[in-house]
Amino acid sequence: MADLRTNIAGIESPNPFWLASAPPTNSGYQVQRAFEAGWGGAVWKTLGDPILNVSSRFAAVSFNGQKVAGFNNIELITDRPLEVNLKEIYETKKRFPNHAIIASLMVEPRQEAWHEIVKRVEEVGVDGLELNFGCPHGMAERGMGAASGQVPALVEQQTYWVKEVAKTPVIVKLTPNITDITATAEAAVNGGADAISMINTINSLAGVDLNSWNTIPHVGGKGAHGGYCGPAVKPIALNMVGECARNSRINVPISGIGGISNWQDAAEFMLMGSTSVQVCTAAMHHGFRIVEDMIDGLNNYLDEKGISSVKEIIGKSVPKYSDWGDLDLNYKVVANINNEVCINCNKCHIACEDTSHQCIDMLTDSNGNKMLKVREEDCVGCNLCSIVCPVDGAIDMIELPNELVPMTWNERQHAVGAVACEIDIASK
Amino acid sequence: MSNSSSVLVEVLSRNFEEAEPPLSKQEALDEANRCLFCYDAPCIQACPTGIDIPNFIKKIASGNLLGSSKTIMTANPVGASCARVCPTEELCEGACVLNHSTKPIMIGNLQRYATDWAINNEATLFEAGKTNGKRVAIIGGGPGGLSAARELARMGYKVTIFEAEKEAGGLNTYGIVSFRLPQKISYWEVNQVKSLNVEIKTNTKVGTDILPSEILENYDSVLLAIGMSSVPNLGIEGEELNGVHDAIQFVKNTKTESISDQFIGKKAVVIGAGNTAIDAATCSVRLGAENVKILYRRTKDEMTAYDFEYEFAKQDGVEFRWLTAPKKIIGDQEGNVIGIECIKMILSEAGEDGRKRPLALEGSEFVLEVDAVIKAIGQSRYIDLIEQFNISHEDGVVTIDPLTHQTSNEKVFACGDVIFGKGQGEAMVVSAAQQGKESAYAIHRKLSPKAIETA
Repeated sequence: MADLRTNIAGIESPNPFWLASAPPTNSGYQVQRAFEAGWGGAVWKTLGDPILNVSSRFAAVSFNGQKVAGFNNIELITDRPLEVNLKEIYETKKRFPNHAIIASLMVEPRQEAWHEIVKRVEEVGVDGLELNFGCPHGMAERGMGAASGQVPALVEQQTYWVKEVAKTPVIVKLTPNITDITATAEAAVNGGADAISMINTINSLAGVDLNSWNTIPHVGGKGAHGGYCGPAVKPIALNMVGECARNSRINVPISGIGGISNWQDAAEFMLMGSTSVQVCTAAMHHGFRIVEDMIDGLNNYLDEKGISSVKEIIGKSVPKYSDWGDLDLNYKVVANINNEVCINCNKCHIACEDTSHQCIDMLTDSNGNKMLKVREEDCVGCNLCSIVCPVDGAIDMIELPNELVPMTWNERQHAVGAVACEIDIASK
Repeated sequence: MSNSSSVLVEVLSRNFEEAEPPLSKQEALDEANRCLFCYDAPCIQACPTGIDIPNFIKKIASGNLLGSSKTIMTANPVGASCARVCPTEELCEGACVLNHSTKPIMIGNLQRYATDWAINNEATLFEAGKTNGKRVAIIGGGPGGLSAARELARMGYKVTIFEAEKEAGGLNTYGIVSFRLPQKISYWEVNQVKSLNVEIKTNTKVGTDILPSEILENYDSVLLAIGMSSVPNLGIEGEELNGVHDAIQFVKNTKTESISDQFIGKKAVVIGAGNTAIDAATCSVRLGAENVKILYRRTKDEMTAYDFEYEFAKQDGVEFRWLTAPKKIIGDQEGNVIGIECIKMILSEAGEDGRKRPLALEGSEFVLEVDAVIKAIGQSRYIDLIEQFNISHEDGVVTIDPLTHQTSNEKVFACGDVIFGKGQGEAMVVSAAQQGKESAYAIHRKLSPKAIETA
């Protein structure tokens, strides 16, 4: 049994699985149910001045019949009075002293406003604070959430105000609706953040109804952009986590968020630098019980690898994440089709033929059986065939021995520059 | 009819409603999304009419049911019937690549889903082509004839179908049990063809109501799609008794007349083990027969019924008596069947043709008490009619050029069961549909050679 206990910037939890600040953490009743189910922590649905919500709030994207490939919401922060939330946080913390409760906060960008809310939530015994600089809809129109989070100076300033009074660790939650997330991450660190979390949701419109021509969802015939999350955003989130993790100026722990649906996703985020992970959409799709497999699966994975603590995998893939210019131009993989396993759907052929490098031939063997074969000399190792192949093990991407010494683009440019310099000198 | 028997008949009638429920929308979507959308898909190659199966399935998944049904019906003018009667395990579904990884796509059921949509939405799928002034006569309004008529009408021909029966549709209307293929499906396909200005002269028996010579004279081309005739005699004593039935006629009665209560509690035997024998047997069960046996002089291995038909019959409680041949049908004084004398057979070693011959086992005779004997040992041919057209044939199997479907009379083409046999073709509805298309194109090539060149 591996040790799943997690400590992010001093916030301890029995496992790295937290519920993200969102509808699942709206009330004490829900958070207590979640802790009973096994969740290690919960970031309470964002507190602030109570707002009004609209009806018809969520929408999801299905893909080829698969429900909730992506999820979109236009719900705002909590619509319940602050006192009620604080009372429930207190009760929940009392019942579950070993579970992490983090208060997500969002107020207008004024020092006094931040000071006041920080003091009030810390009074009831939260383990940490998460500053919501990410919510992309509604609140942003009032200068809060992503409107703050998109301006590095505002991120730094507000983080600083919070740190002036906070006694518990401060996590800054970042918006992905920005060109370079490391800019705001760095601003948070400069403001004194103890940790950062990412990503909040991505600006989105889930769809348009082809009969009514209304947006999906619509509120009485009118729509507004929402925030996108769920499995579809995982690669975007994972990159942002990786970019921050490998940036030497961002030297605080990361709580990874974005499309995490199972223990495998969680392990990927941790390998790419997350100390804990936060989940919302998967719980909204299936209920809190999904955490059982998250814990069990992660534990079994660690045991199988002979790793005693989950902390040991944090960031292990970060050194492998780099810039394109540092990739070896002489490394080569080619596709290899295993005709014993292949079921002859020919999807690899048509994908390669129409949209890649025309190197998979449809042939007939000496027994008259159809078969597919890769012309290795024309294969660029793009992986497309193995991606579209519906059968596990039918297409392998095989590493070829390096015929040339490894050379990256940066090394090549450096060498070309040096030669040009010599020619230049020689010609003078 | 007494009150209680009318209730019984109502109960029995329900036995003849379509046995397999349609896919729900969700089932269809789930299944459609499971299709891999293979390139150069083997299911297409396995379909005699070459329906672009991955494409019609993709269209179900995308909600384009009009397009889906049109993809199906373009390739197969009787595609709604074929969705129900094709031996899909032997054709498209048997070829599905997912047989090698998970389980094959339910192509037949998806085809039914899409065509049901077209039926229920009264979709207009095709239009008649611009009239080219040429006239084609089609003898027989079954799958082959309808298929040819549809294609010819789309190319601008004035088509007249001569149909001996009260309704067109052939086997689909009269010969395939209604719990597998309800008549309304066949009628929809007939109406699709009619809507292209094809004239269907029903109740018109060529050779009786109109002479072949007259047709040959008045039309630019003639397509013979007359199928096959009734079940031949067994050649044993007692065939004239009351209670001896022809399986084709027997099934037809269940589709055209009110359900009979005469079979309730009766014992029946069916002679033969082809698909028609299975139909007759399962119909007997559904008419309330207490015991139904299929007698076959060979074994299960030689039986020509499809595996799924065999399974279906067993599910219905039909018993099979292999290596059993009828010797004599026994009647009572009123001329009603009361039993059948059978004899056990053994199979010889395989002969030069590779077939094992059944040989009677002398002294093994036994009698089964039965109330009905249904003959299902194949179908005879309309040799008289074929000869009235003065075209070559071999025991009623019309000789054709396999490329053009042209008979020995260059003006006459033939397709469907009338060319099946003697090593030629398949007796499936879907084969007849394809042959109908091919005949139509061959007729077009002959009558409008220029149009083909520029097409």
